Amino acid sequence: MKIAVCVKRVPDSEARIKIGADKTSIDEGGVKFVLNPYDEYAVEEALKLKEAAGSGEVVIVSVGSEAAQETIRTALAMGADKGVLLKADSVGLDPLPVARALAAELKDGGYDLVLFGKLASDDYSHAVGVMVAELLELPCASAVTKLEIADGKGRAEREIEGGVEVVEFALPAVVTADKGLNEPRYPALRGIMMAKKKPLEVKDAALDAGGIEVVQLTLPAERKEGRIVGEGADAVPALVDALRNEAKVL
Amino acid sequence: MANVIAVLEQRDGTLKRVSHEVLTAARTLADAMGGEVHALVIGPSGVSGDGLGDYGADKVFVAADDALALYQSDRYAATAAEIVQGGDYGVVILSATAMGKDLAPRLAARLGCSLATDVTAIQYDGGVVVTRPAYAGKAVYTLKLTGAPSVVSLRPNAVAPQEKAKAGSVEAASAASGPARSTTAEVKQPDSAALDVAEASVVVSGGRGLKEAEHFKLIEDLAAAVGGAVGASRAVVDAGWRSHAEQVGQTGKTVSPSLYFAVGISGAIQHLAGIRTAKVIVAINKDADAPIFKVADYGIVGDLFEIVPRLTEEIKKVKEG
Repeated sequence: MKIAVCVKRVPDSEARIKIGADKTSIDEGGVKFVLNPYDEYAVEEALKLKEAAGSGEVVIVSVGSEAAQETIRTALAMGADKGVLLKADSVGLDPLPVARALAAELKDGGYDLVLFGKLASDDYSHAVGVMVAELLELPCASAVTKLEIADGKGRAEREIEGGVEVVEFALPAVVTADKGLNEPRYPALRGIMMAKKKPLEVKDAALDAGGIEVVQLTLPAERKEGRIVGEGADAVPALVDALRNEAKVL
Repeated sequence: MANVIAVLEQRDGTLKRVSHEVLTAARTLADAMGGEVHALVIGPSGVSGDGLGDYGADKVFVAADDALALYQSDRYAATAAEIVQGGDYGVVILSATAMGKDLAPRLAARLGCSLATDVTAIQYDGGVVVTRPAYAGKAVYTLKLTGAPSVVSLRPNAVAPQEKAKAGSVEAASAASGPARSTTAEVKQPDSAALDVAEASVVVSGGRGLKEAEHFKLIEDLAAAVGGAVGASRAVVDAGWRSHAEQVGQTGKTVSPSLYFAVGISGAIQHLAGIRTAKVIVAINKDADAPIFKVADYGIVGDLFEIVPRLTEEIKKVKEG
């Protein structure tokens, strides 16, 4: 099985976000960057499928700056075989140009399966994986929590409001991973050492400008300081009264 | 002038409540743009587009086909794309539900246009301007969408539905027959009465302070009393007490209910980011210094095992009285 996993370098979820001097992006100073957490599920699933098949190849593909090489190496350390960086100095907020660059790279790669995280924890778009499937005219199941692949066919489960949708498709296909799909492994020291020697090809990505202009990036409005209504169960009537008569939400 | 088209969502042939939110946003936008609001309903035969005029739809397309009772991604996308391409539309708007999150990028790819997902506000200011949280709610983008059309998905609960009477004339539309690359075979454990945390207007979330999975009964009882959905912190989901579908915060769901209860949740930065757009937050925690009290509108410090049952009782009294 030949599997591609598309990944993104994002700020760590613990990072405090500060707005940059340009007021349209974050201040990256002091921010630790990691492999997007949802992409970890995608990498893990690819490795499990390859292991189950007994042979195959897992290729990591990323659109990003030079620094994204480190992110690709993280996935290689988990066990993927090789990486491709589609280098772009800046990646905009419109998901379609990114999807086009990835689709062009993946198109003739002979992949049986292309995996993504369901979203990147920076822009939260939840778009690029599905768009790549559309551009390549491949079947796609997004935000998947369970995946079975057998005999050239796939069966995926995705959580919807009040239920679980079961989607069936034939390979090749695109699947985007949600939390719950698996437990991603940690790169072992040996994996980290081996990753340094694995092939990582760097190409220039041609990203078109897209149709989204960032007017500004701001910190969310601070919530107004609330108040402690009281201590213990005796404070409950005062809380209910405040919710009814002051906040008017009951 | 360009019109706005709202692609609506049905379950079991009945339109979802979020459809009125999407129509309201579409109406506001169309009024500013000087255009009409069209709605598209895709579903099984018998699905109705009646009554959408009350929420501002000038025209309603209904594409009915029994094979489209469940969300079939390829045919839904093909049907919507055909109708959008057949009209003069500046904006296509959907709700950012599980379906909308999948359908919106499909549409944008088919239309070759820009996409802004999970927006919390949309307006027209010589161009379409949206606000959308990013970095799990730790920052907010203001974006101008320069292409036409643009596809936008709207976060559930971000816009309050408003009635505005328009013609709402219903027109049958053909469902695209094109190839289906994938098939939604079934929806398991369907419980159409169950409220999803992302859509509910009241959410009651529990955290590690509950000490054991069994104690979530307290949370379920309070949620039932207020007519809300049950949510959970990452800690208890990772511990296997609750399903990921209920997780609120980064790597879970971002919610905007009118009322949010955080019970036994200290308030990690990832959780706080996910509830920032809630209108009223109530915190119940034994630790007066817990970060959750910094963002809560109302707090009670103390033993949740005493406070929550009392709260459930008091709320029941209020609701009954």
